[in-house]
Amino acid sequence: MSTEVPIAAYLILAAILFSIGVGAFLIKRNVISIFMSIELMLNAVNLTFVAFAHRWHAVPGQIFVFFVMVVAAAEAAVGLAIIIAIFRTRKTLNVDQINLMHN
Amino acid sequence: MIRFQVASSKLFYNQPNKLYVLDVSSFEKDSAHCMQLALFIIFAALAIAGALNLLLQKHPINSALSLVVVMMSLAVLYWSLGAEFLAAAQVIVYSGAIMVLFVFTIMLLNAGEEEHTTGSRAAYLAGIPGAIAVFCLLSFVFLSESKTLGSAHLGGLLDNGLSNIAEISQVLFTRLLLPFEVTSILILVAILGAVVLARKEEEQ
Repeated sequence: MSTEVPIAAYLILAAILFSIGVGAFLIKRNVISIFMSIELMLNAVNLTFVAFAHRWHAVPGQIFVFFVMVVAAAEAAVGLAIIIAIFRTRKTLNVDQINLMHN
Repeated sequence: MIRFQVASSKLFYNQPNKLYVLDVSSFEKDSAHCMQLALFIIFAALAIAGALNLLLQKHPINSALSLVVVMMSLAVLYWSLGAEFLAAAQVIVYSGAIMVLFVFTIMLLNAGEEEHTTGSRAAYLAGIPGAIAVFCLLSFVFLSESKTLGSAHLGGLLDNGLSNIAEISQVLFTRLLLPFEVTSILILVAILGAVVLARKEEEQ
């Protein structure tokens, strides 16, 4: 059947999302936008996990995605708290002006 | 639900000659494939559009809202790959909890449009070729292994009427009980860390 969706299509979609995330991570200058592009990359990797779990009929792949979600939630909480603490001392969100180690 | 014998079907060559209960009959298999193809095309396009919008928007709140679009369309793709629990968790945890945290922080810090500096020109020079290189490498690997990977079908993991949530919880609460409990400690530590980091230092 030509209407079947190949697993490779899902993996290439994940690759597209991951590379857009890499590009956004390098190009964006706002700390919060950089943090959001990290979340985009995590989501792209999760899609490959689910696609491979579907291909091999393996539930552990889906459980790995569950653990990635838990770690991403913890990471978002701590990371945004760090961003708030940095904003209190530096009054800016631009990564070019946050060079604490420099002085 | 219709029971039927799968003799040498291409879909089930892992375990041939077994009786399966599926929610699609052999007559309806074609329409399920069409539905999967339509879902994939619509939501893959939506996800890529949302990701590009995240990259191109200058204001962080617009980036956050386009990231919500990406996460919701990924939830639909998870569902079409037979991961119903993860689709629900994606909507609740990612587009619910995490993105609310992001939007809350953006509004709390009153983040405006980002200004361009000399660092951003260097980032353009490094970022776009780097991203294209990553994409070319990944898609080369996936396309060269395309034949062995096969194709997807709706309701892939629904063997013997066991639901996706039952399958996940059987593994998660028996074999992976210790990692599951350790994640609860991780969440607790993260909450305490966030409270300590975001607290105002008044004693000095």
